[in-house]
Amino acid sequence: MEQFIQQLVNGISLGSIYALIALGYTMVYGIVKLINFAHGDVFMVGAFIGFYSITILDLGFFPALLIAMTACAIFGVLIERIAYKPLRNATRIAALITAIGVSLFIEYGTIYIRGAQPEAYPNNIIPLKSLDLFGVKISSQSVLILAVSLFLMILLQFIVHKTKIGKAMRAVSHDMDAAKLMGINVNNTISATFAIGSALAGAAGVIFGMYYTKIEPLMGIIPGLKAFVAAVLGGIGIIPGAMAGGLLLGVIESLVSAAGFSLWRDGVAFVVLILILIFRPAGLFGKNVREKV
Amino acid sequence: MRKKKLAGLFMSLMVAAGVLAGCNSSTSGDEKKDEVIKIGANLELSGGVASYGQSIKEGIDLALEEINKEGINGKKVQLVQVDNKSEAPEAINGATKLISQDKVVAIIGAATSGNTKAQIEIAQSNNVPLLTPTGTAADVTVKDGKVLNDFVFRTCFIDPFQGTVAANFAANELKVKTAAIFIDSASDYSKGLAASFKELFEKEGGKIVKEEAYVAKDTDFHAQLTNIKGEKPDFIFVPGYYEEVGLIVKQARELGIDVPMMGADGWDSPKLVELAGKDALNNTFITNHYSSGDSDPKVQDFVKAFKAKYKDKSPDAFNALGYDSAYFLADAIKRAGSSDSKKIQKALAETDGLELVTGKMKLDKDHNPIKSAVILEYKNGEQTFKTKVNPE
Repeated sequence: MEQFIQQLVNGISLGSIYALIALGYTMVYGIVKLINFAHGDVFMVGAFIGFYSITILDLGFFPALLIAMTACAIFGVLIERIAYKPLRNATRIAALITAIGVSLFIEYGTIYIRGAQPEAYPNNIIPLKSLDLFGVKISSQSVLILAVSLFLMILLQFIVHKTKIGKAMRAVSHDMDAAKLMGINVNNTISATFAIGSALAGAAGVIFGMYYTKIEPLMGIIPGLKAFVAAVLGGIGIIPGAMAGGLLLGVIESLVSAAGFSLWRDGVAFVVLILILIFRPAGLFGKNVREKV
Repeated sequence: MRKKKLAGLFMSLMVAAGVLAGCNSSTSGDEKKDEVIKIGANLELSGGVASYGQSIKEGIDLALEEINKEGINGKKVQLVQVDNKSEAPEAINGATKLISQDKVVAIIGAATSGNTKAQIEIAQSNNVPLLTPTGTAADVTVKDGKVLNDFVFRTCFIDPFQGTVAANFAANELKVKTAAIFIDSASDYSKGLAASFKELFEKEGGKIVKEEAYVAKDTDFHAQLTNIKGEKPDFIFVPGYYEEVGLIVKQARELGIDVPMMGADGWDSPKLVELAGKDALNNTFITNHYSSGDSDPKVQDFVKAFKAKYKDKSPDAFNALGYDSAYFLADAIKRAGSSDSKKIQKALAETDGLELVTGKMKLDKDHNPIKSAVILEYKNGEQTFKTKVNPE
């Protein structure tokens, strides 16, 4: 039992990182119907910006997190303005291929600039302590990950539902042309969506670095794909779906490993994708919730 | 037509001149052979793994300096070096040059198994002994697991041997009864070590309570480690490479697994300490070829001589194995009593009980050294010499 709960805790820690990345996927898809494959690489860039803020500028965890989020927000907007905006009225496949190109460009651009060697996040930013709850070990880092992720998700819900820009985002995702006629600045709204999504990916990058220590230029590929699965699992375009999908996927992976099939873990994540596309293409939250961002 | 013919004639003259020149240099080589013994070094002096080749070269240079004080059978040893640029085709070119042009009696090199394997064909067909200081793959000396490459030798022990040493250490020094194994399922190195660990550990009366696996490049090991923790092993064997092992050690300690963990030379990198953190690494051990902290006088003499020659640099395992390779070869040449390559090959194969820095050396029938390994313990992020384990 202890072991089972421990595995759940492991899964939730992993899942909250997936969820943070999945939010960006889902928001961008909701608004421009584009699977932004470069999103995993924004996550990687965030991890590196956080790392350099901590090691070179000698900052703590929270300032580093803020810097990474801001930098990624700007980076996300730049990607959108340079690569995707000229293709907004092109076919969807053209935009998708461009996204893959941007992804490769960021990955290998990073390798060109700093080399392919991995970097290790310093261990002493957060005091490493393990809480012991009836034999279940929860590290201070897991608690922090969960707290920061939850806070960011709540903040996102607040932005989407209670602010003007959130209202504009919902309107654009519902009907872009009608929104334009209503006087909503569609370009700015799309940029804001990219900025918020990328900031969340940047935050996920820093949290990932804190929790898993090792960062490298190709680290965004697998978490990016997993987050994509999580977004589809929850219903792509639906914000609560991305959160639930991320957490669920993390827990599924942990339980698959716990059952002794650790080598199948990545495979299972994609089996989930296939199954959901066959049996419930709209995702778990797809039918009843119609709000999209 | 005429022009072409002339050109052809000119070309053939050039070729003939080249051949004659070749003959010349080789005859002068034969004359010189009486005064010096030429050995070749085919090493990775530049390219991807240049640090390996450079380190080995430093070791060889120091050894030859010492050997040449007396000479072997009254002759001095001359080293002819080629740089294989860490590439197999260059290693082949280098070996061809050393054998046909420089007429060396034996070749030391290369550092990696791959670049060594590239030279095997040439060494075998020319009957020139090829000695790799650090090529650990089993198929360097034995082709397809069956046929012995009789002119190929190595100074280092092969990978699975370290698993045996670790099992011995766990069962007899740490006196643990149960162990878990956590391997990199994508690596033959890891699987080989785990298999030999398991075999000996069980023979010594221990029990393997859990076997888990990961794939290289994974970053999340919590789930497997939680499974391992559930079986409450006294000891965990993790024969992987430092990139994953660093994270495994860190995550294991976070989950409250405080039993000793052990690995092999794949852990040996400064990055390991960065990834795992100094505290997490306490109570972990690795096997390695050599330690500069070994109190054996032979090792200490070597460390002193090395520091004197290379500005106080502390010699690493590559330096030590390069140094030992030169002595290994020198010993065989001395016993052969001649600079005939075939006699040297025979003497190399018969090596038994040779005292080297990396241990007392004996070759088994597959030309793999049977010798001691050292066990290092991490204390506050520093490798400290723990003990030396001799093979039974």
